[in-house]
Amino acid sequence: MKFDVPSKLEANTLDSALHVQIRREYCGGDRDATFSLDVNFRVPSGITMLFGPSGAGKTTVLDCIAGVRSPDSGRIELAEQTLFESAVQINIRAEIRRIGYVFQSLALFPHLTAEQNIHYGLFKLPVAERRRRAAAILDSLHIAHLRNRRPRGISGGERQRVALARALVTQPKALLLDEPLSALDAATKAGIMDDLRAWNEQHRIPVLYVTHSREEVFALGERVIALEQGRVVAEGTPLQVLSAPRTEAIAGWMGLENIFDAEVLALHEKQGTMLCRLASAAGAGPELEIPLGRSTAGDRVRVGIGAGEILIATRVPEGISARNVLQGELKTIERRDAMLIAKVDSGILFEVHLTPGAQESLQLVAGKRVWLVIKTYSCHLLQRTSRELL
Amino acid sequence: MNWEAIALTGRLAMIVAGALVLVGLPIAYWISFSRWRWKFLIEALVSVPLVLPPTVLGFYLLVAFGSGSWFGKWWQSITGHTLAFSFQGLVIASIIYSLPFAVQPFAASFAAVDPALLSVSSTLGASRWHTFWRVILPLSVPGVVTGVVLSFAHTVGEFGVVLMIGGNIPGVTRTVSIDIYDRVQAIEYASANQTALVLLIFAFAVLSIVYALNRRIWAVYPFK
Repeated sequence: MKFDVPSKLEANTLDSALHVQIRREYCGGDRDATFSLDVNFRVPSGITMLFGPSGAGKTTVLDCIAGVRSPDSGRIELAEQTLFESAVQINIRAEIRRIGYVFQSLALFPHLTAEQNIHYGLFKLPVAERRRRAAAILDSLHIAHLRNRRPRGISGGERQRVALARALVTQPKALLLDEPLSALDAATKAGIMDDLRAWNEQHRIPVLYVTHSREEVFALGERVIALEQGRVVAEGTPLQVLSAPRTEAIAGWMGLENIFDAEVLALHEKQGTMLCRLASAAGAGPELEIPLGRSTAGDRVRVGIGAGEILIATRVPEGISARNVLQGELKTIERRDAMLIAKVDSGILFEVHLTPGAQESLQLVAGKRVWLVIKTYSCHLLQRTSRELL
Repeated sequence: MNWEAIALTGRLAMIVAGALVLVGLPIAYWISFSRWRWKFLIEALVSVPLVLPPTVLGFYLLVAFGSGSWFGKWWQSITGHTLAFSFQGLVIASIIYSLPFAVQPFAASFAAVDPALLSVSSTLGASRWHTFWRVILPLSVPGVVTGVVLSFAHTVGEFGVVLMIGGNIPGVTRTVSIDIYDRVQAIEYASANQTALVLLIFAFAVLSIVYALNRRIWAVYPFK
């Protein structure tokens, strides 16, 4: 089975991309300290995650792109139009940049209803057109029933949708999202992201999504830019960034050393699990039972498993609760600090971490036949890759 | 009870409060959002009437209104009479004297508007002018009402400046406070007391409104 590679997106959408090459002094999480931001990256159409710990300069980057703050120097270009260029003193005002920006605080106007909030950016249009567009976006984000409510009277997830609708209804040329979903539960988050993806499949604009959450990077992003202390430290698909050289920022993602693409074979709704087959380079890999996600049979998903959560047995384990027991061969085992890293081939290569004591008592050496024991809940569903990469 | 003085005072205070909305809003906007490094000088200048004895302000205004100054000459060439000892002169003096009572609450309420709302407004294509009318002003209603009420009340209660530049002309510049002073001078304590009591009740009522507004800040606009 073959999987689409996200880079396919870039070919036909070159012209709508956002280029950012800026320097700026900024205040990090610590108020007294200033850091220098110095970044250079490109955001093609589709959803790109801007990932980094707090104080990395993520919000400063968004503010500069939106025109709310100005970089000290550099150049920002969107859809082949220069928004900022220090060398020739171009600095297009925020109100004519046509960039949608959803703030971390959402910044909904408290004195306006949901519908009036959405109308706000359309004041230059005739009333009929304003109504038509607002009605369309209210429907497509499933918030039509909120139109006459004020922000205070609606729930967190609905407020996110209103803020998103207010930005999208102006038909921006790029969309900036500053940790917009961090406070929401996974299901609400997934629903909003599905709607955003559906919207963006029609509009094909660059979407830059700021987050400090690894889960969001895997679950939502087609592409990642990792930012640390004002510098881009890695760039690519979530998988590519993971396999890039280890830096402090990426180390944070390393809780899940094993990341596999997989196909959903069957759902067991009553048990809250689903069966999938991992895809290895050689073809079909082993089958795994993982927690039930928002998928149907045939969907392609991504599964992450922490190397420390996998058990190794030297005989067929019996009478255990773990649902996944895979037979394999120990390929290599090497020491790193006080830990051993084993690579086990069971149709696909697993990384397993264990203690030197465990190795001694099991007499683990390369070439030995072993069984891997993986609990269902040690398998983390990371991303649905079927639709968003089209 | 001197109804003529009360009517005159009411008229003066209304005109001054109205004028201070027009003059005070732009000044307050500038004070709230300007990043000029010498801004504090303007803030100090606007607030000077708070601490200056009214006689000092009245004295300089009298000089400015007189035919010895360019302003006095210019006014006289247009209107044919001098500003001193006239109702117009009283209006101008009162605007300056009550300026901080309008500008301070205006500026405080503008500054209290979440800056993210202003940023998001600009990303939605709104000019500063549009943002002011659609976001800043609606969210500053309590502060604006407070400023208007305070400047109205302060104008009603002023004495020193009026005495310096308005004199005591019945129906033209004799305000309530001057009237009370007059009656006390003439040892008419009973009628002085009547008018004074009206002013006392008025002042208490006005301040009650201001404090009630600031306690329940959305008393006027029931949201947030």
